Amino acid sequence: MQQKYIGKAISRVDGPAKVTGTAKYAAEYNVPDLHYGYVVNSTIANGEIEKINLTKAAMVDGVVKIYTHENRPSTAWLSLNYADMDAPPGKPFVPMHNNKVVYNGQPIAMVVAKSFEVARYAASLITVEYKADKSDTDLVANLQNARDPKKGLASFLKPPPPKPKGNAAKAYEAAPLKAGGSFYHGVEHHNPMEPFATTVVYEDKDKLKIYDKTQGSVNTQMYVANVFGLKFKDVRVLSPFVGGAFGSGLRPQYQLFLSVMAALDMQCNVRLTLNRHQMFTFGHRPATLQNTFYGADADGKLQSIQHESVAETSTYEDYTEIVVNWANMIYPSPNVNLQYKLAPLNMASPMDMRAPGGATGMHPVEITIDELAHQAGMDPVEFRLLNYTDEDETTGKPYSSKELKECFKQAAEKFGWAKRNPQPRSMRRGHKLVGWGMATGIWEAMQVPTRAEAILTADGKLTVRSATADFGTGTYTVMAQIAADAMGMSLDNVTFELGDSDMPFAPISGGSFTAASCGTAVQAACLGLKKKLLKKAQSTNAEYKSVNLDDIAFVDGQLQPTNSAVKPIAYTDLAAASKNKQIASKNMGWPQMMKQRKYTRAAHSAIFAEVEVDEDFGVVKVTRLVSAIAAGKILNPKTARSQILGGMVWGISKALREESVMDHRIGRFMNTNLGEYHTPVNADIHQLDVIFVEEDDQIVNDLGIKGIGEIGLVGVPPAIANAIFHATGKRVRNLPIKLNDLM
Amino acid sequence: MNNFTYIAADTPKQAANIISQNPDAAFIAGGTNLIDLMKENIAKPNQLIDLNKIPGLDEITELPDAGLRLGALARNADTAYHPLVQERYPLLADAILAGASAQLRNMATNGGNLLQRTRCYYFYDIATPCNKREPGSGCAAYDGYNRMNAILGSSEHCVAVFPSDMCVALAALNATVNVSGATGERQIPFNEFHRLPGDTPQLDNNLQHGEIITSIDLPPGGLNKNYSYLKLRDRTSYAFALVSIATAFELKDGLIVDARIALGGVAHKPWRVTEAEEFLKNKQPAKESFTQAATLILKGAVGLKHNAFKIELAKRAIVRNCLTALNPDK
Ligand SMILES: Cc1cc2nc3c(=O)[nH]c(=O)nc-3n(C[C@H](O)[C@H](O)[C@H](O)COP(=O)(O)OP(=O)(O)OC[C@H]3O[C@@H](n4cnc5c(N)ncnc54)[C@H](O)[C@@H]3O)c2cc1C
Repeated sequence: MQQKYIGKAISRVDGPAKVTGTAKYAAEYNVPDLHYGYVVNSTIANGEIEKINLTKAAMVDGVVKIYTHENRPSTAWLSLNYADMDAPPGKPFVPMHNNKVVYNGQPIAMVVAKSFEVARYAASLITVEYKADKSDTDLVANLQNARDPKKGLASFLKPPPPKPKGNAAKAYEAAPLKAGGSFYHGVEHHNPMEPFATTVVYEDKDKLKIYDKTQGSVNTQMYVANVFGLKFKDVRVLSPFVGGAFGSGLRPQYQLFLSVMAALDMQCNVRLTLNRHQMFTFGHRPATLQNTFYGADADGKLQSIQHESVAETSTYEDYTEIVVNWANMIYPSPNVNLQYKLAPLNMASPMDMRAPGGATGMHPVEITIDELAHQAGMDPVEFRLLNYTDEDETTGKPYSSKELKECFKQAAEKFGWAKRNPQPRSMRRGHKLVGWGMATGIWEAMQVPTRAEAILTADGKLTVRSATADFGTGTYTVMAQIAADAMGMSLDNVTFELGDSDMPFAPISGGSFTAASCGTAVQAACLGLKKKLLKKAQSTNAEYKSVNLDDIAFVDGQLQPTNSAVKPIAYTDLAAASKNKQIASKNMGWPQMMKQRKYTRAAHSAIFAEVEVDEDFGVVKVTRLVSAIAAGKILNPKTARSQILGGMVWGISKALREESVMDHRIGRFMNTNLGEYHTPVNADIHQLDVIFVEEDDQIVNDLGIKGIGEIGLVGVPPAIANAIFHATGKRVRNLPIKLNDLM
Repeated sequence: MNNFTYIAADTPKQAANIISQNPDAAFIAGGTNLIDLMKENIAKPNQLIDLNKIPGLDEITELPDAGLRLGALARNADTAYHPLVQERYPLLADAILAGASAQLRNMATNGGNLLQRTRCYYFYDIATPCNKREPGSGCAAYDGYNRMNAILGSSEHCVAVFPSDMCVALAALNATVNVSGATGERQIPFNEFHRLPGDTPQLDNNLQHGEIITSIDLPPGGLNKNYSYLKLRDRTSYAFALVSIATAFELKDGLIVDARIALGGVAHKPWRVTEAEEFLKNKQPAKESFTQAATLILKGAVGLKHNAFKIELAKRAIVRNCLTALNPDK
């Protein structure tokens, strides 16, 4: 296949629609007779609702109905019906199920009114009487409750740690070089630009069209059908544009359940949007405490890796991540002990947030390695090269490709690492201590079965579609590129459509697996289409009878047989000669399991950071970051660079800014707005450089795609923390690092 | 947010008259604080009296004594970028520009800036007790998450801080607030404008219901040679101060003849300590004296669970900012 578009820096095809406002989001579909919901959230973390006073709210002009656990219509009985594609083991949260409160901020009532303003005002008049029980929300104070996570479907993509190897404790004791410590980070909340919203269009009894903010239109469809006892075909979910999601859209949020419930009950169109505070009332990156004890021999070779982690989960589900496995995936050691436990708290279930587990686990790994390198008197890059592996020791399988060495080389060169003086506090600019640090990142390259359909019409246009999602990731663009190259057509004539449950099946879009999964589906559909084109050619043109698929080049919108005696045929002619003036093919893109299963497949990165730390105030400025990424084939360096830049900015955020602050007396998050939940501003971001080190990996999939959604973030926080150590001589292990940690 | 009626006032007097008759009415200027408070169900006015249409209140004019009058309705951005402010009161311009964001400063007015309310997390969350919001309900911040709270001048009833940057400079510059009420006009010296919480934390300042701020006067001599505004916060912009400092000196023959040091982010009002400023007078500017002045300013400071570091941070910041003020162009 000739690659005319794949690998080219093509601007986002949906860019103009987004910047001109024609791209519509879930809360922007204005249908007639729309009713507006507004949710009331609990103000205790554990206990029971004794009484909800609705009188005042019900009297407000324009209020149509108020729902609570006392009057809401019944929905499916079985917990199983509430399980979405990303549900961890346990019982999914069901809004307004009964009078129990299981976390602070839980939705407990919903006003439906003729206008948003009326609903919001009436909601403010509702008062609630509770019987509050003691609530436990502080992970560190509840470590005694840590236990092994329950296993379930989710364990498939998130395997538990491997069994211990050798005797890690003994090897640690004996090791001449030892490092490690305790690492804690608190909760982080999802704050994409677009808050969650659903507009439900009531089309007929038992028939709905739903505009939802989601990373999986089919996931939403399945959830709604199962919960409300509707037929799949009667629930159509549309989500063509999503204003950022980062994992938050992997599970249906409560506004979906409540708006559908009201629409079916009231038999009308309903919209429910969550406000920014309410974005802090569902899943989040879980608070996690990790301890590391790593030991190395006098030459710096790792002898022992002990890495244990306790993460928070809710009282009703066991949300898990891969936190500790990375240590031994990336560093070999004869003695390894990895432990991962959960402590249930009176909080909402955590959920995936960009590089879930990876960003968490690699932080202690890369800081502990930096400490060991420092003790060994070795350069941190050299130390990593000494402990380099081409095999994933947790599974004993080799990596399908791993250009990490080249990442180190190119990033170090760009950064000027060779000039580094290893001594901490050896560089300064005026009042500022300057430090250089680095770290490694890793993220698994996954692929899941996905379907796509390719439709060629007589006007020479190709439409390819799949129910997958584009939440700023560039899916629209790269899928169109893949299809254009597969069919030998001009990109101008190719459109990719997504975000509609009526389209061919795609699972939720996450884990960085969409480009590989959907890209393979698009290729499969285009291959199917080529076969049909040939068949059509054979049925209309005798010359083609003996021509095989392999003997045809599909270029310039034509079938061009290698045998020059056979005349080329334009796709348009074949489509024109077909029923409906089109030729279409729907196919499944399967992972090549036989090839894949012998390898561990992962993307890698090397990050180099420069920081300035004010010697009196501890204020940190990340002046430079260089990130080199080895993630297979880069389909589009422009959209890919944006992904990585976003990850790097988030890395700065995670290192220095982001934190949901909780008052554990009441189990309530206190900084639930963008003024106080600090993410970086422009003034926090300075020079960022991205390098792509390409890999030619035929094992991951035909196109060599590994996925780049998460890798940009992993490794950035420890690179910054290591640079801060180099600047100040101070090891700060908790996140985020605040100025008072460095004063 | 509750329902309310809206009326635009034509004159300060009319505005004062309307509000005097309605205890639940509120003035609205830029709305950048009030609208937020209404959305959070903290402020629930039943009537908004719009001051934006009153002619003349947005002007910035020179006073006969070479001072400057800042109209209450002049925008923060227009004030900061006004040539006379930049030339004569650069400390004020710097303080304003250290606050909020460009968009907010374009809307925010000078009068509104003086009357903006605290950013204490508990004041903002109506599910928690707060004496400022609901007198007598208690102070949840005292034993709660209090990183952003006061280290000076607080009481057991309230540990909130007044969040303004602009006002820190106005305090240092000895500004005067001009106020008009139904019964007449009065002037309030800046240092008497805001209050300490004591046992009436619901009162942020000494403006009475029924009074409108018409303008703020800056006295002549803007201390425009040796000055510096320093703001320390949890991100580089668009965050409230952990500690902020407005410093200005008048130097003569190598000696400090006038010293002003005002702190923001540490108390219920901009914090100035006369004793420290007097201490510096007639001394040569030197790190040693600045350190002693810092100790005087932080005298009596009390750290809470999450903000004790602010005491040392403030001391270091005072010293650094004094040194910077000696060479404001760096
Ligand atoms: C996200 C965010 C970040 C911010 N960051 C900062 C910061 O870092 N530093 C900082 O200093 N500020 C900051 N601000 C606050 C901002 O400066 C204030 O909101 C603004 O100055 C208020 O002015 P306004 O005209 O919008 O007031 P309004 O919201 O219109 O009014 C505020 C109050 O003043 C009253 N009022 C207004 N004008 C008059 C008058 N002439 N006479 C009598 N009463 C009057 C109103 O009734 C109301 O009670 C921030 C604000 C936001 C929203």
